Amino acid sequence: MRFSSKATTLLILIAVIAIAPVFFPSSYYFRVGSLIFVNGLAVTGLVVLIGYAGQISLGHAGFAGIGAYACALAPVHLGLHPALAAVFGAALSATIAFLVGRPILRLKGYYLAVASLGFGILVSMVLSNEARLTGGPDGMAVPELGLRGVLRTVGVDLSNTEFWYAFSGLVLVLGAWLALNLYHSPTGRALRALHGSEIAARTVGVDVAHYKLVAFVLSAVYASVSGSLLALQNKFITPDVAGFMHSIEMVTMTVLGGAGSVLGAILGAVILTTLPQVLTIFQEYEQLMLGLVMMLVMIFMRQGLLPSIARSVRGRGE
Amino acid sequence: MKFALTTTALALVLGIAAPAFADIRIGATLSETGPAAFLGDPEAKTLKMLVEEINAAGGVNGEKIELIVYDDGGDPNKARTFATRLVEDDEVVAVIGGTTTGTSMAIIPVFEDAEVPFISLAGAIEIIDPVKPYTFKTPHTDRMACAKIFEDMKKTGITKIGVISGSDGFGASMRKQCLEIIGEYGIEVLADETYGPTDADMTPQLTNIKGKEGIQAVLNPGFGQGPAIVTRNYAQLAVGLPLYQSHGVASDGFIELAGAEAAEGVRLPGTALLVAEILPENDPQRKVVTAYKEAYEKATGKPVSTFGGYAHDALRILVDAIVRAGSAEPSDIRDAIEATKGFVGTTGTVTMTAEDHLGLDLSAFRMLEIEKGGWKIVE
Repeated sequence: MRFSSKATTLLILIAVIAIAPVFFPSSYYFRVGSLIFVNGLAVTGLVVLIGYAGQISLGHAGFAGIGAYACALAPVHLGLHPALAAVFGAALSATIAFLVGRPILRLKGYYLAVASLGFGILVSMVLSNEARLTGGPDGMAVPELGLRGVLRTVGVDLSNTEFWYAFSGLVLVLGAWLALNLYHSPTGRALRALHGSEIAARTVGVDVAHYKLVAFVLSAVYASVSGSLLALQNKFITPDVAGFMHSIEMVTMTVLGGAGSVLGAILGAVILTTLPQVLTIFQEYEQLMLGLVMMLVMIFMRQGLLPSIARSVRGRGE
Repeated sequence: MKFALTTTALALVLGIAAPAFADIRIGATLSETGPAAFLGDPEAKTLKMLVEEINAAGGVNGEKIELIVYDDGGDPNKARTFATRLVEDDEVVAVIGGTTTGTSMAIIPVFEDAEVPFISLAGAIEIIDPVKPYTFKTPHTDRMACAKIFEDMKKTGITKIGVISGSDGFGASMRKQCLEIIGEYGIEVLADETYGPTDADMTPQLTNIKGKEGIQAVLNPGFGQGPAIVTRNYAQLAVGLPLYQSHGVASDGFIELAGAEAAEGVRLPGTALLVAEILPENDPQRKVVTAYKEAYEKATGKPVSTFGGYAHDALRILVDAIVRAGSAEPSDIRDAIEATKGFVGTTGTVTMTAEDHLGLDLSAFRMLEIEKGGWKIVE
């Protein structure tokens, strides 16, 4: 079952991103918006992995951490421009995902979840403990991207938060477009086939291990770019970005909105990013809420919020 | 449908976060929960208590203070969002906070961009060095604690020491700061040992130190339970040399953890707040620390902590600046904070300048010695 075609999904996404600022009373909302887009990007990557290919990863914050620290470290140590550093981080994440994914993806079910969990924790520990390189738990500064200055010279003067809203929104649309294209491609069909039944897929000639690896590497690149965007936007980064809770947040966003639909997963990112801002007094219970949301969705709405609502609406109409 | 849902979610945020009018709005983003809660919780309680007190007494310049506190859970990314929210949406005139060095460093750019004064409650010297126009802080630095310890060593004729430090953030940072300035005091490090944050026994490291010829004292920069274990092992091994602990464990909890017997004679630099009762009558800080201690313990029913003291000083400095400026304009407040002179707080006497946005000198620390499970001032 597909909720909407590629074009409508993209149109809705672009329209919301473009129209929402009209209702923003202050630039703080641009900040929340850009956080949503950054999370949305990571979650779109997880749609490919969880929704298309049916694999679970609890360590994707590790890739976000690699992307984030690449932006902090590569400009200092390798002399790369921050934008190139983000690309470098994505390439590094892809390589690591490839090397780690090959053995990990032979594992099925919760073995894969546990192995990826271990990977995520490993990255977070390295970032915390290699204080000489990463600044340890106190974090380190990230250089300015510099694109805002370039825009200013051509007459587009955006405030910092406005720029990051527009820029991360653009990257999200691009990411969503790629993920939607993938869905309808031969690779997408192969991924969905192995999601449905690995044995059946193998019988009809799908190279299961290869396609699982493709999905894993792709989602790692998405997570890495989202980490880079976060680092460049905040201009400061700490190992929290690679933390276990961040991995869980990503998966919960994906599953809550609907892992099978790009728009649904992004909706999950919208809800779980704005919720802590609305319910600031419940900060203490945030982790509890995450767990509860995940459980309730798994029990009552196994396809996620958006597909479930869509089906019930459609069901009533018939 | 999807559009409606998305806009509903956005509208929800818009509706709830609409700012209300108030006289003087002061913001704070603190780590009330999460791993740094033991710092952030007393800070938040202190701010709330003091604002209530100030408003009950008629406010500042005839205007009431409205305090907006957000809990960032120690996550720098969240702190950054809340900082943006405080500046852009709540339109505060000044912000206190950044419980940890990580959260403080993450939010400094927000305030420097928006030109809103910010007083950090975190320890690292990087926060105010190099000096940034709108950023200040109240806690003393590790380097000052090192200097206090080395001064005391020099006074008692100690020139050769052993160092055993925790490899956690605090221990590693303080060890580095101490080694940077130790040369100025003519003191030499003969043994330099470390232990992990979760180690349960430091006997091997201490045995190494004990075996080194010529060591006259041992210094232990560390935080949490490590220094308590060091102190216990130190007594068990009967090393018999003076043991110096850091300000990181300057609390009654440390004596309890190490045991009064093992902790006997241990020296460490602590703030006046810790020894409020035994401060001499003529001590300039006595009035401030006893007043804060009594008020805090009455309001919360919990023992006072140094960390709450940082928040106390930050708010008092801020209010003092608003009174002197006679205005609640962020730039006027900034100028007035920088002109703070001879302000007596719980951490020490603060005199800021354009080059020094901390403004504390070594008198902020008292050299304390543990005696029969209690504290003694050894100046």
